[in-house]
Amino acid sequence: MTRPTVLELRGVSKNFGPVAAVADVDLELKQGEFISFLGPSGSGKTTTLMMVAGLQAPSSGSILLNGRDLAPLPPYKRNIGVVFQHYALFPHMSVLANIAFPLEMRKLGRMQARRRAEAVLRLVGLPDLGDRLPSQLSGGQQQRVALARALAYEPPLLLMDEPLGALDKNLRAQMQIEIARLHRELGITVLYVTHDQEEALVMSDRIAVFNHGRVEQIGQPQSLYERPVTRFVAGFLGDSTFLPGKVQALQKEEAVVLTAHGPLRGHASPGVRPGEAAVVAVRPERVVLLTPGDTARENALRGRISDVIYLGQSRKFVVRLEDGSELLGLQPIGTASPAVTEGSEVLLGWSATDCNVLADSD
Amino acid sequence: MTAPWAWRWAAYALVAAISVYLVAPMAIIVVISFSDSALLTFPPPGLSLRWYRSLAETPAWRDSILVSLQVMVLTAVAATALGTAAALGLASWRGPLAATIRSLLMAPLVIPHIISGAAIFLLFDAWGWVGSLQALVLGHIALAVPYVVATVGAALETMDHRLTQAALTLGASPRIAFMRVTLPLIRPGILAGLLFAAMLSFDELIVSLFLSTPQLRTVTVLMWSNVLGDIDPEISAIATVILLVSMVLLALQWFLSRQRGVPVLQGIGR
Ligand SMILES: Nc1ncnc2c1ncn2[C@@H]1O[C@H](COP(=O)(O)OP(=O)(O)OP(=O)(O)O)[C@@H](O)[C@H]1O
Ligand SMILES: [Mg+2]
Repeated sequence: MTRPTVLELRGVSKNFGPVAAVADVDLELKQGEFISFLGPSGSGKTTTLMMVAGLQAPSSGSILLNGRDLAPLPPYKRNIGVVFQHYALFPHMSVLANIAFPLEMRKLGRMQARRRAEAVLRLVGLPDLGDRLPSQLSGGQQQRVALARALAYEPPLLLMDEPLGALDKNLRAQMQIEIARLHRELGITVLYVTHDQEEALVMSDRIAVFNHGRVEQIGQPQSLYERPVTRFVAGFLGDSTFLPGKVQALQKEEAVVLTAHGPLRGHASPGVRPGEAAVVAVRPERVVLLTPGDTARENALRGRISDVIYLGQSRKFVVRLEDGSELLGLQPIGTASPAVTEGSEVLLGWSATDCNVLADSD
Repeated sequence: MTAPWAWRWAAYALVAAISVYLVAPMAIIVVISFSDSALLTFPPPGLSLRWYRSLAETPAWRDSILVSLQVMVLTAVAATALGTAAALGLASWRGPLAATIRSLLMAPLVIPHIISGAAIFLLFDAWGWVGSLQALVLGHIALAVPYVVATVGAALETMDHRLTQAALTLGASPRIAFMRVTLPLIRPGILAGLLFAAMLSFDELIVSLFLSTPQLRTVTVLMWSNVLGDIDPEISAIATVILLVSMVLLALQWFLSRQRGVPVLQGIGR
């Protein structure tokens, strides 16, 4: 079952003078897909979104909506829904007038527009607030109205720029569920910008990780988390400890890297070459305490636990390795294994398939 | 140590003194305008409306007030349209050329009116326009435009420009986005500019002096020439009328600013 492509970006770049805000981005969104842009501040997420919306023109490359080149279309003819970071509700119009605005632009009659606006307001769970002004709403309510306004005309594509950025944690979680529900029920295609990695992992079908205007990696949340292909992605999405070394051997999926702690084995990502510098990236939750004689893990290291941080559901611990570098570990609370204690000498290990060998670009 | 209340009362007293200093002359003029005497004495020996009657019956006063009102309305409307257009243009335009144009537009705020007046006079005199309505209106427009640029510019600066962008993404053409979003949001600034322009025009004297003739002159010019001759309470009656017009405009502005919650005075004097 191949779904049709809704949006396609081909080699899209945007320069602001000497600054390359977006560089050579390729992207394809299928019908009904939810894709998140994740990346640090200034990495080009908003700029990419604004080019799709038509509020900024690409310096090069092309953007296609349902196979049609968007370049000649001004923003008001693109029929794309946009939810801005700070809602951008019209302060001089009531909530209903805000939502009816795009409908009136589409030549719906006043009464018809109002009825439709009321229906959408019910959809986002605010049936009684239609007559208020945006300034009389809470942040979360304004957010819902912004969403309702963008959904009212059923755009085939919805762009959201950090829509939950201004909300507190609880409201955020609630709105995440709400947005996911609307996405499911309405079957719309969504391009979502966030710099909250948890949000991206929870909500997305696929995540595109931005760095310096480029898409470093795009993939499903799980593959992105478990098989990052660059050091940046491994470090930005979740925690990782990087153990640098030189690639000794490479066979199919597995690489052996000679590090200061001896040879370590891991899953080889593309771009790893024998004889070249590489890092072994280890996720804290993959690190386990070994009992002497335990040989089930391919990788084992010695160290002393220098710090233990209690996190409620788990304990995070820092291991000082023999060469003085540090390794992060995570131990769920309530497991059978002995609890980590500060100052103890430990043997740690992890399986070769549980870590990644990445080309060391820096 | 002096007690805090002493400081507070000292401050009140100072404010009261300054208020009296500012308001007393005007209050005296208003009172004298109701005098029944032909002499400018204060307090007036008796009260009457004879000087207002005399104003209404003197064609020169009537005509000059009419001229002033005409010039005021035309100036306010034209300066508001021009100043709003200029502010809109400048808001979306950065760079040295834009900065230069802005300074040129704002120049009348700092150039003494007597210099503006002389310059305008030389030009219009060459064209034979002195003593015409259009000369007065054009002269006043030049003085009033910077006020409108300032108030509308301030309104545009405080407005969130993503609102216009949002309107575009929602399907509004730039023209409709302007009419339905930008314009309503900067309306307080536009109205403030309009009222400023009206006030400025109505009590402008210096440029008007250059451009008036005995056949066509503003009420301020006529007052000026009367003050130079004999003065009687008639002059304070006309002063009271002018004061009244200014106060009505000021009150309107205050009322609008309260309604919209937007400080209309903001942006002036920058
Ligand atoms: N109008 C502009 N003029 C000049 N430079 C700009 C402009 N807009 C963005 N940039 C630059 O382009 C780069 C990308 O900006 P962008 O807003 O796309 O980042 P972002 O990924 O959305 O960041 P954030 O997470 O902080 O919102 C930044 O270096 C920014 O300074
Ligand atoms: Mg952004």
